Amino acid sequence: MIDFALHNAWLIPLLPAIAFLLIFLVFRPLPKVSAFIGITAIFLSFVLAVHVGIGVIQAGDQFVEHPLKQVVTWFEMSGLKIEMGVQIDPTSAMMLFMVSLVALMVNIYSLGYMHGDQAFSRFYAFLALFAMSMLGLVIAPNLLQMFVFWELVGLCSYLLIGFWWHKYSAREAAKKAFITTRTGDFGLLLGILLLQINFGTLDLMTLGEMIPNFQEYTNLSVGGLTAIAAILFLGPIGKSGQFPLHVWLPDAMEGPTPVSALIHAATMVVAGVYLVGRSLILFQTVPGAMAFVAFMGGFTALFAATIAITQTEMKKILAYSTVSQLGYMMLALGAGSLTGGMFHLFTHAFFKSLMFLGAGSVLHAMNNDADIWKYGGLKKKMPITYWTFLIGCLAIAGIFPFAGFFSKDEILLVVKEASHGAQFAGLYTLLFWMATITAALTAFYMFRMFFICFHGEPRDKSFHPHEAPFSMAFPLVVLSIFSIFGGFIGAPWVEHGFGYYVRLGEYHHPSVDWAIIIVSTILALGSIFLAYWIYGKKAVSHEALAQKFAPLYKISFNKYYIDEIYLWLIHNVLDGLGRALWWFDITVVDGIINGIGNAAKILGSILRRVQTGKLQHYALVLFAGVVILVLIMSFADTSSASLSLLGGVR
Amino acid sequence: MGFPVLTAILLSPIIGALISVFIPKEESKIIKAVAGITTFISLVLTIILYIVYYTQYVKTGIGGFAFTEDIPWVADLGVIYSLGVDGFSLPMLLLTNIIGFTSVFSRSWSVEKRAKEFYILLLILITGVMGTFIARDLFIFFLFYEVVVIPIYIMVIIWGSGSKTKDVTKEYAGMKLTIYLLIGSAFLLAAMIWMYKEAAGILGTPTFDIAKLATIDFSTQFQIVVFGMMAFGFTCLLSMFPFHSWSPDGYAGAPTAVSMIHAGVLKKIGGYGLIRIGLFILPVGAKFWAPLIAIFAVANVVYAALICLAQKDMKYVVGYSSVSHMGFVLIGVASMNIIGLNGAVANMFAHGVMSALFFSMVGYIYAATKSRYIPDLGGLAHQMPVAAVGFVVAAMASAGLPGLVSFVPEFTTFVGAFKEPSLQIPAIIALTGVVLGAVYVLRMVANVLFGPRKEEWDHVEDIKGSYWIPVVVLIVFIVAFGVFPSLLMDMVDSGVQPIAAKLVQATTAAAQMGGSI
Repeated sequence: MIDFALHNAWLIPLLPAIAFLLIFLVFRPLPKVSAFIGITAIFLSFVLAVHVGIGVIQAGDQFVEHPLKQVVTWFEMSGLKIEMGVQIDPTSAMMLFMVSLVALMVNIYSLGYMHGDQAFSRFYAFLALFAMSMLGLVIAPNLLQMFVFWELVGLCSYLLIGFWWHKYSAREAAKKAFITTRTGDFGLLLGILLLQINFGTLDLMTLGEMIPNFQEYTNLSVGGLTAIAAILFLGPIGKSGQFPLHVWLPDAMEGPTPVSALIHAATMVVAGVYLVGRSLILFQTVPGAMAFVAFMGGFTALFAATIAITQTEMKKILAYSTVSQLGYMMLALGAGSLTGGMFHLFTHAFFKSLMFLGAGSVLHAMNNDADIWKYGGLKKKMPITYWTFLIGCLAIAGIFPFAGFFSKDEILLVVKEASHGAQFAGLYTLLFWMATITAALTAFYMFRMFFICFHGEPRDKSFHPHEAPFSMAFPLVVLSIFSIFGGFIGAPWVEHGFGYYVRLGEYHHPSVDWAIIIVSTILALGSIFLAYWIYGKKAVSHEALAQKFAPLYKISFNKYYIDEIYLWLIHNVLDGLGRALWWFDITVVDGIINGIGNAAKILGSILRRVQTGKLQHYALVLFAGVVILVLIMSFADTSSASLSLLGGVR
Repeated sequence: MGFPVLTAILLSPIIGALISVFIPKEESKIIKAVAGITTFISLVLTIILYIVYYTQYVKTGIGGFAFTEDIPWVADLGVIYSLGVDGFSLPMLLLTNIIGFTSVFSRSWSVEKRAKEFYILLLILITGVMGTFIARDLFIFFLFYEVVVIPIYIMVIIWGSGSKTKDVTKEYAGMKLTIYLLIGSAFLLAAMIWMYKEAAGILGTPTFDIAKLATIDFSTQFQIVVFGMMAFGFTCLLSMFPFHSWSPDGYAGAPTAVSMIHAGVLKKIGGYGLIRIGLFILPVGAKFWAPLIAIFAVANVVYAALICLAQKDMKYVVGYSSVSHMGFVLIGVASMNIIGLNGAVANMFAHGVMSALFFSMVGYIYAATKSRYIPDLGGLAHQMPVAAVGFVVAAMASAGLPGLVSFVPEFTTFVGAFKEPSLQIPAIIALTGVVLGAVYVLRMVANVLFGPRKEEWDHVEDIKGSYWIPVVVLIVFIVAFGVFPSLLMDMVDSGVQPIAAKLVQATTAAAQMGGSI
């Protein structure tokens, strides 16, 4: 079975693809059958992914340097050959496991959450399409295949954010998501084209061998390669919601909550991190690009965290938290650690999707009213949701022994190491402190939400919250188990842990830095206590605090007004340009054409007068012509050309 | 030799038109069925040809013209009724037949009157377009091209419509379109006759045979001038900036079927001629004009895409969008290397099926609601879910989504363009079209299909009956060629290779000459 899975890994994305076609084309009228097909397909993919994972682990570090690759030619012409296929190595095996597991959980969860929805089958069809696209992205052996599936997950994101397309807000959010990520994809596509032109291939393995010695193969300078890396990075900036293209991700919460958990927390949004991880050699070869990635990541992490602390909707808080955590992963990659970035990606997928599904459970119970200030005291009504959500919060806050503790400390560790490096040491030191502050803020805003929602007394008595049904509670429990124990695979005491498999270059056994552990734990616990002090114990009025820091509060609450600035730019600059050019097209381009047309008309209307239809006029013209000819002939010089013009008539 | 399959493909719609003449005009359903059956026969024959050629000529690497027919027509002038298909013309022929067949089942409310005349003209139009793509003789090519112009004009001014957003009548639109086509063809004719005379002088015998003409090394001066004239004619037809303004007006004014055929295939005659005749026969002239074409191509992409943002009439959005997409074709042409040319040709095919679907859906919605003014519409997915699916697929194909037909051609075009150092900056600018393209189509999708239900549209009917045909057929091709691009790219590559080889040869010859001087 393991052997079969390893050599038929292409089945993993194919099964959901078949499920999509079956549901969309055949079984759409039958919701239960559709759900059954969708869940079965992703379950089989999950089983295969597990076996692939076991196979990779059994093989030791064999696959790290020599991935298992199977490709077929997608299209080919002289000078351009593009393949499609499967590349199995520890990184992709880890992603296959994580994506199929979360997708399976979300599929099961949706049985309860989407129950009774008019378009239940369509939802399962789109989930299957998404699973196909995401799994296809994960196993891509080359950048173009990655781009193909990258766009397809974007399509699924568009379709699922706009799933309730009859809502004005959902349709606008879907459009915004697609266009914003497309803006980043401009850079990604350009970067891919530039790599193809300069290196003649997009294959990840080949590029990995060529890029470190790029001066042998290409005419590129260091600056040129840095530019390519930076341009390529625009794609991940868009997809993984990094500043300044993060604006779509919070709006994407218009989609059904299972979608937010699957696409906008655990899987699609990490595609950008994954892409940078996959092409990390490109960035590592040029330290400037690394610093750029690290800075964008570190800045986004802190930036989004400062927004999250004032938001008032669970899903919005979680969305900004996702933006922030994605920044964290980018920071790790920018510090040169594939292990750190991927490890956090792995653990984050579980606790963040857990929290989204928990939020969905709460929304479900509260009739989809999103305002957390109406919640309160949900602990008693929804014990499973409460405890699993608490696990998620502890994990993201980085409390020992939850999953986030290990991965977050790993990131702080690698950034600290980078700050002792030869290049950009000052920048990495700054980023280290930014990351530490972010960690504290994360613990604070998570527990702020936690205490507001689950503790105290119900603020609005008109709701009658109830615990989630089994189909929704089961995934919460599964994911919370992973949120507790998921971090152990990368724990320092594990001999061949996460970093043994998922790495770039030599294996470094994770070391223990007590300073980081102590500082980060103190900060996290302190922040949790502060949140409890304000929102749990209500020792300090949060309203008074908001009053006191009104300008800061307002900026944070309004997300630094970035949306407003973009809207203004689009409506005035871009659309203005469109209108101006249209005016130009109608008045100038068409004007010239119509002018020529009218000139011909006027000329015609003048010449028309010649054709009077009166015999005497024609006779007069004939007579005048004869007179002129005679005059010419009588006055002309015999040797002149005029005579020969008349055919030499005398 | 055997069965003259290409003539059969050409004749099938003509026979349909002849049969329709004898059907009483009240029997519009029978007339439509005749048109459907005869175009379907052509489509099936073409698909068989495509498969046969793909397996026997492309996969084996033989290439070249197949299924040729040569019947001397005007022997003194060297005119031969000479047909044949290769890897370049077959995709175009297939495209014509796909769109020809599906356009019969498109919907326009104006066609309910005088249906008989409409379908007869449509069948003549389809035949004319097919003929241009399979003619191997310049004279025959031109003859078919002129056959196309007349029905288009009549169809726009009789069955067309005006617009709410721009002061344009259908008569103006039809006239503008026709005059542009005729001015373009006047330049073409002049260039063609000049070339014919020059070639007759060199060869000793008069010929219109494209392959023979391509063996002649015309002088550089001659090539530059004649290619310039030809390029003007062909790029007018391809709606190159600044000769594009007939295109949005024309498509907006035309009935659905004509928009589909015109945007889908007819304007591709421009690209086809530019490459098959211009680049192939006059490579040195083509190289001379390439930089200018590249600049206009970028203008096409960006300028038209930005104008799309300001449109409120669905047909104008798709119309300007097709102008924008032609920029990709022109960039591929301007690259003058095999990858870019493959991209250009494949782009023509891709844009053909995708714009046909788009016009078909827009036309359907217009026919159902009697409005194409976007602010009036909205939430139509409530009433017409099937049309909405077709619309979204067309929009996504237009935005170049991978997995649909247009992605690989666009990618290939850009690879070709980036290969030429002088084209890199224009190509980067043109790449912004990818983002702008997503903006305008998604805006239209959102504003037309999604959002709250509008009760005023509750009376409209979703796609049903034979109106399913364009949706299904076009989506099948859009997806099939998107998922398996080698079906298209191998074919195109085999057809473009001789032309690309000619360009390389001309360049090296020119370089050697320059060296010797």
